[in-house]
Amino acid sequence: MLIACSAQAENGPELQRQQQLQQMVLHDCGACHGMSLKGGLGPALTPAMLEGKSDDLLVEVILGGRENTAMPPWNSLLNASEATWIVKQLKSGAIGAK
Amino acid sequence: MDRKTTQIRRHRRKVTMKYRALAGLFIAASTTLVAWAAVRGTGDLGIIIERTSGSITVVETTQHTVLGRIPGLGDLSHASAVFSRDTRYAYVFGRDGGLTKIDLLEQKISHRVIQAGNSIGGAISQDGRLIAVSNYEPGGVRVFDSETLQPVADIPAIHGAGDAVSRVVGLVDAPGNRFVFSLFDAGEIWIADFSDRDNPEILKLTGAGNQPYDALITPDGRYYIAGLFGEDGLALVDLWQPQQGIRRILPDYGRGEEKLPVYKMPHLEGWAAAGDHLFVPAVGRHEVIAINRHDWSEAQRIPVHGQPVFVMARPDGRHLWVNFALPDNDTVQVIDASTMAVVHELKPGKGVLHMEFTPRGEAVWVSVRDTDRVNVYDTGSFRQITAIDVEKPSGIFFTARAHMTGL
Repeated sequence: MLIACSAQAENGPELQRQQQLQQMVLHDCGACHGMSLKGGLGPALTPAMLEGKSDDLLVEVILGGRENTAMPPWNSLLNASEATWIVKQLKSGAIGAK
Repeated sequence: MDRKTTQIRRHRRKVTMKYRALAGLFIAASTTLVAWAAVRGTGDLGIIIERTSGSITVVETTQHTVLGRIPGLGDLSHASAVFSRDTRYAYVFGRDGGLTKIDLLEQKISHRVIQAGNSIGGAISQDGRLIAVSNYEPGGVRVFDSETLQPVADIPAIHGAGDAVSRVVGLVDAPGNRFVFSLFDAGEIWIADFSDRDNPEILKLTGAGNQPYDALITPDGRYYIAGLFGEDGLALVDLWQPQQGIRRILPDYGRGEEKLPVYKMPHLEGWAAAGDHLFVPAVGRHEVIAINRHDWSEAQRIPVHGQPVFVMARPDGRHLWVNFALPDNDTVQVIDASTMAVVHELKPGKGVLHMEFTPRGEAVWVSVRDTDRVNVYDTGSFRQITAIDVEKPSGIFFTARAHMTGL
């Protein structure tokens, strides 16, 4: 149990949840950021665009939103480990335009 | 031997001739079939956007069937469409700046251009000759010939003293061959008059408010109303007297109240009007607002299930169908326009993205993204009539839009 928990913490969300999150990024985040994540009403979320921005900052933006913009706080739908997983996926280019 | 051979040859010849005659008949029959298939009206046709695969599905709403599927339209997230006045062609506006003209009868792409880097929607002019597209990148509006998609005009949304360029939203057509649109980053509303298409005139109205995010126009083409994301209220322009400028309406709506997070931008599509009221989604509140059409005052706030995205009036105006943003996007509610109460609730499935009524409103088609289906409901009994398999469906657009201002 302990091992399973720590493994999950290291690897982020479970596989099924990862698939849900991936869908969420493409379709729900994509509503503003573009389904290929090249931007729209919200900025592009491509690896080049996110380069140099710290994971902590990006996780904070996802969970807390950005004031005076259309970016809402996602903390009622995502926890910190899920937001961290999303940031890693976006930075590596694993989600989004190929 | 020789006689026999000749007989056989003759026989063969006869068979060949018979075969030829039959083949001729068959060809004649199949030509008739093709001609029969080609002669078809387009008034009950429509398209459904399949946003992940960059394709559209062509449907007809009389027998609820799929007529075909057309791929190759690029990035169709947040795609929309308008129709030529003969309702043969659909113009599809893609996110990636793609503008695609589709022949609904031949079910093929007739013209396609990539006209910008990032787009949000478009409109067709009153005379049907011009297609306008609103762009985020480069911010502005580009206008094309509807026949050939050749460029006609480029209107960069440059505002203020410097060279700042705004993203453009809420583009609609208006009488007088005009296009009206809002500058999201500048809080302006511009009216481009194409009555002389080679010399368009642009009237720029300032003071729309903070972040106009979408707009609608009344079916008579007189009033243009932009919703504001950055502050409360709406911006109104009387297109009969545009020089009077922008009037702010409902300025006190929700003042001092805590806003709820908005996980999807609401839309102001069409004129959800019934009787004396206009119905619009509230921003950051789980309410639909009824506005008095005569003095533009707030008539009622109708509590609903979540953050409304589309508030669509059934063509007879008696009911309003409402869908919602995440996490409530599995639900549709129906509001009675006379009592302003929710009279029915449906749970079509996760990811209800769009609804479109048949021309006279006896049925409504509802796209349900996560079930890969479009559900068709009887709008009187609310019973499901059928469901159609469509890959990740989003926007649904029927050809009846061709004859409505602003759609």
